[in-house]
Amino acid sequence: MDETIAEFIKRTILKIPMTEMTTILKAWDFLSENQLQTVNFRQRKESVVQHLVELCEENNASLNDAALLDIIYTQLHRHRKIWDVFQMSKGPGEDVDLFDMKQFKSSFKKVLQRALKNVTVSFRDAEENAVWIRIAWGTQYTKPNQYRPTYVVYYSQTPYAFTSLSTLKSNIPLLGQALTIASKHHEIVKMDLRSRYLDSLKAIVFKQYNQNFETHNSTTPLQERSLGLHVNMDSRIIHENAMEKERVQRVTQETFGDHPQPQLEFAQYKLETKFRNGSILAEREEPLRCLIKFSSPHLLEALKSLAPAGIADAPLSPLLTCIPNKKMNYFKIRDK
Amino acid sequence: MSVLRPLDKLPGLNTATILLVGTEDALLQQLADSMLKEDCASELKVHLARSLPLPANVNRPRIDLIVFVVNLHSKYSLQNTEESLHHVDTSFFLGKVCFLATGAGQENHCIIHRHTVVKLAHTYRSPLLFCDLEVEGFRATMAQRLVRMLQICAGHMPGVSALNLLSLLRSSESPSVEDL
Repeated sequence: MDETIAEFIKRTILKIPMTEMTTILKAWDFLSENQLQTVNFRQRKESVVQHLVELCEENNASLNDAALLDIIYTQLHRHRKIWDVFQMSKGPGEDVDLFDMKQFKSSFKKVLQRALKNVTVSFRDAEENAVWIRIAWGTQYTKPNQYRPTYVVYYSQTPYAFTSLSTLKSNIPLLGQALTIASKHHEIVKMDLRSRYLDSLKAIVFKQYNQNFETHNSTTPLQERSLGLHVNMDSRIIHENAMEKERVQRVTQETFGDHPQPQLEFAQYKLETKFRNGSILAEREEPLRCLIKFSSPHLLEALKSLAPAGIADAPLSPLLTCIPNKKMNYFKIRDK
Repeated sequence: MSVLRPLDKLPGLNTATILLVGTEDALLQQLADSMLKEDCASELKVHLARSLPLPANVNRPRIDLIVFVVNLHSKYSLQNTEESLHHVDTSFFLGKVCFLATGAGQENHCIIHRHTVVKLAHTYRSPLLFCDLEVEGFRATMAQRLVRMLQICAGHMPGVSALNLLSLLRSSESPSVEDL
């Protein structure tokens, strides 16, 4: 087994927390049950890793095996990456071909290998006709860098692909080309949608809202305090604006629905408009440029609780509420 | 009749009613709960409203004290208060209105300057109290204070009237307020 592969496997296994070690190793299915039983997982982590690397050596692990392990780790830790969304389209009049996964994979690999001699491409199938692709980039003269791979999750029955942002800008056009050609599409466009939460991006793009979303580091105190509609048993307290409260609840529900909101961390608005006020600034020829960014551990839930908490009027500005419908969280606002 | 007047109804027997006006319902609710926990000889009633005017055609008791709750973290809250003040009759401002500013403790979240609320209270000749309503201890103390004020405004304290209280409170204000 190559020294670089050994190092790569060692670094990958080191990343895995001990609590997930056996799950991931089982999913990898590269070391046999017997081999795994010889490992004492209660030792210090370095010793466990050392032992595992030796076992991989015994089985003569290839680069592809190592890459597969990396994919499995990333699948379980998908929120550590920031994901972009790409949408492909067919040309006018093109027929919808039957999708062949094998043909897709070989075509994808070929396009990349023809352009850059050195590139490592690995695949792992997932549910819902999706495939996880891992690409380690090299150049004509240098070996692929295994420590800065790009991940692509492509849902074959849809025109959407999600890519992790750790890609060098220069590789993006090539990646786009490979995806389009291999999936028999005509064009690819980057959507203005970005988040750490892959499942939430999926929900927004495929419009599937009735699910439980992975909530890493989510905080619930905001919900408890802001919805503040505890049933008041004390008859000495009278709510004068009960009708208004009901209206706000109804409008909020109409806008956001009853389901849990997909998780996004921010919404960004780039303004390039002329100042409308009657002051001196309105006489400027050049438009004013301004960037507004809303950040939150769970942006859409926060927006949903604004009106019931009394922090904003209902209905909220459509610029905020259109995020899941328009599938965007990056906006450019210009004068018409 | 969209304007609140202090003396347009007969008082209830041994009843004192306070009206809390503010945009954040959760805060008002908590303050109301704290107030009702206080031992009080009078029967207390707390009305919570998001803004004025109050809905018409509702049978409600005479309101003895109005407290406008302004959250220093929210311009919306200040705007709401300023608009609601138009619906209060001038005679209420003879000691039966008070402003409560919350959120001063978290300075980095404050977007309304302290001077703005001080000026507002000064314009309406009414006392201004500061209290971080989210902190239980402060809220309990404020609740106590408001209950005593309410009793005075309802006339349940012999020898002290709302106007007396107002002049007492005003004389302890720092002279710099007049410079604003």
